[in-house]
Amino acid sequence: MSELRDLYQEVILDHSKRPRNFHSLPSANRKAEGYNPLCGDRETVYLQVEGDVLKDVAFEGSGCAISTASASMMTESLKGKTSAEANALFERFHGLITGNPEAAAGPALGKLEVFSGVREFPVRVKCATLPWHTLKAALQADGSTISTESEGPAAESGGA
Amino acid sequence: MSPSPSTVEKALPETPPRAGYDVDAIRRDFPILSREIYGKPLVYLDNAASAQKPEAVIAAERDVYERCYANIHRGVHWLSVHATDAYDASREKARAFLNAAAAHEIVFVRGTTEAVNLVAQTYGRTRVGPGDSVLITGLEHHSNIVPWQMLCEEKGATLAVAPLNDAGEVDLDALERLITPRTRIVSVAHLSNALGTIVPIRRIGEIAHARGVPVFVDGAQAAPRMPLDVQALGCDFYAFSSHKMYGPSGVGVLYGRTELLEAMPPYQGGGDMIRSVTFEKTTYNALPYKFEAGTPNIAGGIAFGAALDYVQGVGLEAIEAHEAGLLRYATEAMQRIPGLTVIGTAREKAGVLSFVLDGVHPHDIGTVLDREGIAIRTGHHCAQPVMDRFKLPATARASFGLYNTRGEVDALIRAIHKVIGMFR
Repeated sequence: MSELRDLYQEVILDHSKRPRNFHSLPSANRKAEGYNPLCGDRETVYLQVEGDVLKDVAFEGSGCAISTASASMMTESLKGKTSAEANALFERFHGLITGNPEAAAGPALGKLEVFSGVREFPVRVKCATLPWHTLKAALQADGSTISTESEGPAAESGGA
Repeated sequence: MSPSPSTVEKALPETPPRAGYDVDAIRRDFPILSREIYGKPLVYLDNAASAQKPEAVIAAERDVYERCYANIHRGVHWLSVHATDAYDASREKARAFLNAAAAHEIVFVRGTTEAVNLVAQTYGRTRVGPGDSVLITGLEHHSNIVPWQMLCEEKGATLAVAPLNDAGEVDLDALERLITPRTRIVSVAHLSNALGTIVPIRRIGEIAHARGVPVFVDGAQAAPRMPLDVQALGCDFYAFSSHKMYGPSGVGVLYGRTELLEAMPPYQGGGDMIRSVTFEKTTYNALPYKFEAGTPNIAGGIAFGAALDYVQGVGLEAIEAHEAGLLRYATEAMQRIPGLTVIGTAREKAGVLSFVLDGVHPHDIGTVLDREGIAIRTGHHCAQPVMDRFKLPATARASFGLYNTRGEVDALIRAIHKVIGMFR
């Protein structure tokens, strides 16, 4: 039960119920869609990039508590960052939730540390990373819909 | 000294009929049900995905490898003869299970999915041409959509879909209208894996046969849950999987009427499916071997026979009544939970209970229930068109088996209340 509380921390539940920056962004000059059809999670990430700086970040869509909170907190943590800083933050975040010690170096995660409980739930890693992979696609102006369902050791693959 | 008899050598083991429905005794037959998950008793409610195995099935498979294993339909030696007899005994058990007219109408396949592909690629490829159509329904599993879609794409044919009403029942008037002179086959599930709807197969057979169109039935969910009689149902093909009816995975049955199977070309080429081969010409084997190329899952096929014995020992009528009681009990309990909506409210339902909770994603429900030791399925259940029909990204699904209890339903309901406590 404590692992469940570690996964669904109050901050995460709060962001899942009241996601921040949860709207489309008319000023956006980059966007990408993330979709995990097996879970039914679907998120669009909007970026307003000026020079190399993320001036504004927002998202829309529907998903589970983990993916929604991850998207919400990601948007908060990215404003004012350069794309290189955003990528470095993702690497660190990914290391945190997959329990990969090699990614321990890098920028401080701050509030994003609350996602450390995800590492005890390998099948939920793909939920937490969906908005981040979608962000990367938006930064690369990749028009394709991205999915993270191949991520994690127990990727679902169908069955009845 | 000849080897002593084993379970494999007894072609038709005696299973004594049970008096009443002793679910505790049934549970003792399934070793996995006594284990704990995260320190909680396992509550296994994911039977529509795959069912657990009784000791009789596990022992039968072990017995093959320990005492009776060799390749089948080949050898003159003792082991091959006995393995062949045991494998063919499973075929006869499957025939009896379906009340098929003859054992050669039972084709062993890997599962229901392979059965659909087999019929699409043999019957379908020879009968479906440009401008023709294949008719399915809105509640099909992906495995009864995609093989037909692939065939239609290749042939320039159309995939027609009979719609569902809001309860999740097939609109039979629409289905009737969709059968045209160009319809070559109707392919329908007997029981929806996502909604629990029982589809009126006999009625659909009458409608299709009145227009000379054969009917394929995906019985993956129905076979473990209700008595079957393919002759009374009036279907031309019927397919199901061993693993959903307490047998090993990688084994399944395609039933086809003799005249249809005989007219169909082979599916895969290889050993076992031939009578004679030269570099110029091959003649094919008789039914059902024409469709059984290569060495099959021998031990699995034999253990599948033990699974058929097991379910028939309990009795399909008894299983049907037991699961109907659980479904009714669970549905009534769920309908008392504020913010919970049952998806799939057909008048005739069995085995499957899909639901959604206001403000909580099914994936989060699944994670919380898992930590309570409760296994359910969350997601689209390989039926994305059904999710689209009900405008849902996913549902949570509890599905029952012959060993589930009201106490387990109570545990599920308590856990759902816990989910609500966490997320609301």
